[in-house]
Amino acid sequence: MNNAIKTFTNGILKENPTFGLVLGMCPTLATTTSALNGMSMGLATMFVLVCSNVVISLLKNVIPDKVRIPAFIVVIATFVSILQLLMQAYVPAIYATLGLFIPLIVVNCIVLGRAEAFACKNNVGLSAIDGLGMGLGFTLSLTVIGAIRELLGTGAIFGAHIYDGQYGALIFVLAPGAFICLGYIMALVQKLLKK
Amino acid sequence: MNKLIVAPAPHAHSGDSVSKNMLLVIAALMPAYAVSLAAFGWGALITTLISIAACCLVEWLIAKFLLKQKPTLCDCSAILTGLLLAFNLPSNLPWWLVVIGAVVAIGIGKMTFGGLGQNPFNPALVGRVFLLIAYPVQMTSWPLPQGFAGRYVDAVTGATPLAAMKQIVKGNADLVSQLPDLKDALFGFMGGSLGEVSAIALLAGGIFLICMKVITWHIPVSILATIALFAWIATPEGFACSHEYILYTLLTGGIMLGAFFMATDYVTSPMTNWGKVIFGIGIGLIVMVIRTWGAYPEGMSFAILIMNATVPLLNKIRPKLFGEVVKK
Repeated sequence: MNNAIKTFTNGILKENPTFGLVLGMCPTLATTTSALNGMSMGLATMFVLVCSNVVISLLKNVIPDKVRIPAFIVVIATFVSILQLLMQAYVPAIYATLGLFIPLIVVNCIVLGRAEAFACKNNVGLSAIDGLGMGLGFTLSLTVIGAIRELLGTGAIFGAHIYDGQYGALIFVLAPGAFICLGYIMALVQKLLKK
Repeated sequence: MNKLIVAPAPHAHSGDSVSKNMLLVIAALMPAYAVSLAAFGWGALITTLISIAACCLVEWLIAKFLLKQKPTLCDCSAILTGLLLAFNLPSNLPWWLVVIGAVVAIGIGKMTFGGLGQNPFNPALVGRVFLLIAYPVQMTSWPLPQGFAGRYVDAVTGATPLAAMKQIVKGNADLVSQLPDLKDALFGFMGGSLGEVSAIALLAGGIFLICMKVITWHIPVSILATIALFAWIATPEGFACSHEYILYTLLTGGIMLGAFFMATDYVTSPMTNWGKVIFGIGIGLIVMVIRTWGAYPEGMSFAILIMNATVPLLNKIRPKLFGEVVKK
């Protein structure tokens, strides 16, 4: 039980995919234009992460070592396709905003990284918990970055206006703002975790 | 004999210091500032004062409370950054935008990297480009020169010569007649950023800096020569001769300010003379590429920032060691 809690919190704090492991930078920078977009991307990745961790952990004794990476990719791509069709059907607006970044979850370093580093060495239960922790950590960081960018750029969080949008700095919604926010939040998180 | 002190060279200090050089640069900017005051009146005065005050305050706060260093206001570099930032802004910019620019320039552009001497990019330009991308509407409404008769925020605005130049390059040759007189462009009676309008005052300040050995001629001359050469080759239709286009290109926009005062910043420019020449050629080329084919009418600040990024590479060009044996 202790082990399970440790695995779960590991992904949220110490090995947070975005701020600790610095994995999955492409969706982190590109999809966090608002808090909602960031959160949707994080949840989508979490779904794939949990499912692929479980299946890969079940198949770990069947997959030959030499072709494990292609095998992992096939499993991940299956779940990404499922996710893509589900999102297209039930949340078409978010699917349209995130666009290309949903299919790109296939090549997201976190998903493949956890399959290789955790799921193929641990049992099903722990792998599921690891996927959940990592996914939550990713979702949290993307939501935080998205919220800050949305607040500074348009004066709103989750679409709720805090101050007049004309004072918002457009740069935070654009690419340079993503880099500036990510850098400062990462520095802050590292400083807080070191204490 | 025991008074003989053995120490490595150099033995004599020239008396140069950071604050002395910063003060000389500030002095060299004063003729251009006098023209700005004459052209833009209260706007120029208020914007500059807010910018300098905000830069000094941000530097002091960050040094004291975040970095816990001894505050470094005495070296005057924050004052110079504030002045240069104001020079790069329209004179009717709302005060809170000037403050944001100062926070970004000092906070993100300078102190994040560890303060003076550590910053890879020119802080004043970081502030300006941030504002340009963040608030494009306010940053591109240029007040017309009206002197102290004009108001601060509600100043009468109009297009700058650069906007007309952009259209001419795009093939709209009729607009040549809308350009200001070359004489007005030289002395600064046209719309534009606060400190960039008077080419001749900036040129005088730049030559003063070269004579005082604060900067060397390599960066400004290579920038201006590259731009002139590019303009000579690619003169658009509508101008009487290519000399006219070369002069308009050099005298409008931020080229003089950038070449003499922004690109030559010690921290963000290469150390060797060959490095400086390559740096200058790069800036000149990027400016003309942006002006000719880019989306923005002016590219000086982008060009300097882009070339700032190459400085660590250009610094790999090492000067020859004193007494080095040259292989034959």
